[in-house]
Amino acid sequence: MPETLVQIEPKPPRGDWRNPKVEFRKGAMCYSAAAKNLTYLGLPNPRAWQPADSDWKLPPDWKKIILDGMKDRLAKYRSFRLFMDICVRCGACADKCHFYLGTADPKNMPVARAELIRSVYRRYFTLTGRLFGSLAGGRELTEDVIKEWFYYFYQCTQCRRCSVFCPYGIDTAEITLIGRELLNLIGCNINWVMEPVANCYRTGNHLGIQPHGFKDSIDFAADEASEITGLDIEVPINRKGAEILFVMPSADYFATPHYYTLLGYMMLFREIGLDYTVSAYASEGGNFGSFASHELMKRLNAKIYDEARRLGVKWILGGECGHMWRVLHQYMDTMNGPADFLEVPVSPITGTVFEHARSTKMVHICEFTADLIHHGKIKLDPRRNDHWTVTYHDSCNPARGMGLLEEPRYILNHVSRRFHEMPENTIREQTFCCGSGAGLGTDENLEVRLRGGFPRANAVKYVKQKHGVNLLTCICAIDKATLPTLLEYWVPGVEVGGIHELVGNALVMTGEKERTTDLRGEPLAREEVMAGGESEAAHA
Amino acid sequence: MNALYSVLVVLALVLAGLAGGRVEAGRAVLTLAVPYAALAIFLVGFFARVLRWAWVPVPFHIPTTCGQQKALAWIKPSKVDNPSSRWGVFARMAAEILLFRSLFRNNRARMAEKRLILGESKYLWLGALAFHWALLLIQLRHLRLFIEPVPAWIDGLERLDSFFQVGAPQIYLSDVIVLAALAYLLYRRFRDPAVRFISLFTDYFALFLLLGVAVSGVLMRYFVRVDILSVKQFALSLAAFHPIDPSTLNPLFLAHLLLVCTLAAYFPFSKLMHMGGVFLSPTRNLANDSRRRRHVNPWNYPVKKHTYAEWEEEFRDKLKAAGIPLEADDAGNARTN
Repeated sequence: MPETLVQIEPKPPRGDWRNPKVEFRKGAMCYSAAAKNLTYLGLPNPRAWQPADSDWKLPPDWKKIILDGMKDRLAKYRSFRLFMDICVRCGACADKCHFYLGTADPKNMPVARAELIRSVYRRYFTLTGRLFGSLAGGRELTEDVIKEWFYYFYQCTQCRRCSVFCPYGIDTAEITLIGRELLNLIGCNINWVMEPVANCYRTGNHLGIQPHGFKDSIDFAADEASEITGLDIEVPINRKGAEILFVMPSADYFATPHYYTLLGYMMLFREIGLDYTVSAYASEGGNFGSFASHELMKRLNAKIYDEARRLGVKWILGGECGHMWRVLHQYMDTMNGPADFLEVPVSPITGTVFEHARSTKMVHICEFTADLIHHGKIKLDPRRNDHWTVTYHDSCNPARGMGLLEEPRYILNHVSRRFHEMPENTIREQTFCCGSGAGLGTDENLEVRLRGGFPRANAVKYVKQKHGVNLLTCICAIDKATLPTLLEYWVPGVEVGGIHELVGNALVMTGEKERTTDLRGEPLAREEVMAGGESEAAHA
Repeated sequence: MNALYSVLVVLALVLAGLAGGRVEAGRAVLTLAVPYAALAIFLVGFFARVLRWAWVPVPFHIPTTCGQQKALAWIKPSKVDNPSSRWGVFARMAAEILLFRSLFRNNRARMAEKRLILGESKYLWLGALAFHWALLLIQLRHLRLFIEPVPAWIDGLERLDSFFQVGAPQIYLSDVIVLAALAYLLYRRFRDPAVRFISLFTDYFALFLLLGVAVSGVLMRYFVRVDILSVKQFALSLAAFHPIDPSTLNPLFLAHLLLVCTLAAYFPFSKLMHMGGVFLSPTRNLANDSRRRRHVNPWNYPVKKHTYAEWEEEFRDKLKAAGIPLEADDAGNARTN
C-alpha cells in the first residue's frame, strides 16, 4: 500500500529539537551543487562534496561568514528580524505544512524549521540569549547546525501555506530563502537549483539549451500546432517592434505535459492575431534564482525588462508558471524597474486596460484570456474537452502571492463542462503544494517529494472517487513537471495539464480543419462527436 | 524540564513577594524600586524594540494573499483578505488584531482510514481570543485604582463584566475567562505533542507568570480580602510619582505586584512583543498592489548580469545559423534598423 510511506498520526516527537544531528540518506536529500556552476556564477566556495560526507569542506571562517551574513540581513529585511522575534510557538502552522504531514518529522513543522535559525539568532543577537543561552532558547552555531539547516531548508518549498494560518503572518518562505542565502555564503547549495541558475544565466533557459535549440523547439511546436489545426502557425523570435513580449517557463517548450499548454498559447495567439514575440535571450520565465538568494533572483529576472527594452515592445505577457509569477508580481518592479520604457498594458483585442499592472507592465496569461472570453472575442467549444473530468490545483505562488484564483476558474468553466473543485481546505489560498517546488523537484529527492505531495494527492483522490476526475489542471511549470509522478504513485489514472491546453482544445479557430483528437493526440470524447455539429455527426 | 523550571521561577517570585514585605528594606524595594524600574524597562524596552523593527526597511512587497486579487473589473476582489487599498489593509489588520482572523482559519489534520482529513479546529482561536480580550478588560478595570474619581466608563465596564451577578463580591466574567483560557493554553501546550516538542522555557514561563498574576489577583478579590483602600492609596501615589507605602499592604498584594512588575520588565525581551510586532508584519500590512504601484527597496543595488550583448556575442554563429535577428554585425558594430 502506498500509504505505508506516510505515517501521519504523529508519534509524540521525542528528544530535544535543539539536537542538530540529521541523517542524510538517498531519497531524502538533494545532491550538492557542482563546482563548475558556482564558479560560473561567481559564488563562494566551489568544491567537490556531498551532503552525506562528514567533512563539508567549509571555509575556515565559516562561522563568522554566517553570523555576519545574519547581521547584514537582520538590518536589511524587516520580515527576517520581525519573524525572528515574535513567534509565540502556538503551533497553528504545524499541521499546515505538507512536509510535516507527509514525513511526521517534527522539525518539518514550520515553527520548528524557523526555530532552527531563530535559536542561533537568540544566542548571538539577543541580550537574553547571550546571557541565558539555552534557557532563553539559544543554541550554539556548530557545523552540525549548518548541516541541519541544509537538510530542512531544502525540505521547504516556500509555498507559504503556513503563513496563511499564522496569526502574525510569519512567512517561512522568507526564513527559508534567507537561510539558503546564508548557506550559499559558504557554498552549501544543491545542484538542482544551481545548475538551472547557471544555465538560465548563460543561455537563457534552465536546461542550457542554446538559441538554435530554442528555435528548433519553438518551430517544432509551431509545426505541430499547424498540423493539428490545418492553419499556418508561426512564432516570432526576437522580433523587434512587436507589441507584446511573451515570456513563459522554459519547460513549456521542452517538457510534457507543459508542451500542450504551449500549443494552446500558440493557437490562441494565432486566432486573435496577437502582435507578439518570444525571446531566445529571456527564454525562461521561471526564476531558479528565487530558490537560492535575492541576488540571484534579481540577476536572472533582469533579462526580462532588458529584453523588453531592447525589442521595443509595449508590454509583457507571462505564461503559466508559479514561482515565476511570485517574482514577477512581488519582486520584478522593485528589483529591476521602473519599467518606464513600457506602456500600461492594454489588450489589443478587447481594449481592456490592465490597470492592476500599470507599473510592472506585465499581465498573466489567465488574466488576458479570461478577459478575451468575457468579451466574447474567442469561440470555444467545451465539448472538445469532454473526455477530461477536470479539477483545478491552485499553484501556491499565484494563489498566495497574487490572489489569482478566479481567472483560471473562469476560463475552465468556459472550456470544460466537467469541472469539479477539490475540498475547500485544499484549494485557493489554502492550496497544498506539489511538494517539489523551490528547487526540490529532483529524482534523488523522490521519497521526500512523494511524502510532501501526499496531502495534495489525497484531495485529488477524493475528487477522483467522487466525480471521476481524470485531469488535474494547474498553472505552474513545476506542478506540471512533478505532479504526474506524484499522481502516478498516489492516484493512478489522473493526468496533469495546463489551463491553456484545454483552451487550445476548446478553441474554435477560423478556418481550422476538423479536430478529431485533442492536443495530446487522444481521440475526442464520443459524446462530443455525437452531439457536435453536422460535420462531426457525419464523421461519426 | 522547561515547564518545571518556569514554575520554580514563578514560585520563587511569589515567595519573594510574600517574604519581602516582612522586612523594611524588602518593602521599600518592592513598593518603590521595583515598580518604577519595571515601568521604565517596559517603556524603553518596548519602544526600542518596535523602533528597531521599524528602522529596518521592507525591501520587497510580500503580502500573503488570502483571497481573490483585484485585477479584472468584473471579477469581485476579496477586499479584506487580499486588500488592494489602504482601507482594505486597515480592515485586514483590524480583523487580525481584534478578531485573530488568521487563527480563525485553523483546522486540524488527522488520518482516518488512510485518508487525510482536515477538520474544524477553533479551540486555539477561541482560547487565544478569550484570553486577550479578558486580559484587556481586566487591565482597564484596574485603572480604577489609579484614577480618582473613577470615570463613569470604568464603572460601566465593571457592571458589564459582572453582568451575571453571582455571589458577593460579584464575580467578574473576565476573571473566570482569563483563568479558563490560560488553563486551556497551558493544557494545550502539554497535551499536544507537537506543541510540547517546540515549547521553550520562555513559553511556559510566560504562561505561568500570567497565571501567577491572575491567580494572586483572584485570591485577593474573592478569598483573601485585602484592604482595597490602602491598595488604591498606594496606586494613586505611584501614579502621582509620590510613592507612599501604607504599611497595611497585604503580602499577597506585594506578591501580585512583583509578578506584574516581572511581567512588564520581561515583556520587551520576550515573545510577548508580538503585541507590537503584529502591526509591522509585512505579509499582512501591505496592500496587494505591487504590479500597480512600484515598491521601492532603499538598498537596491546593481548586480552582475549576463547582458544581451554578451549573450549575442557568445552565441553569434548559432543565432546566425538559426536565422534569429542580430543586433551587431560580425565586426561588432550595431546595426541600424
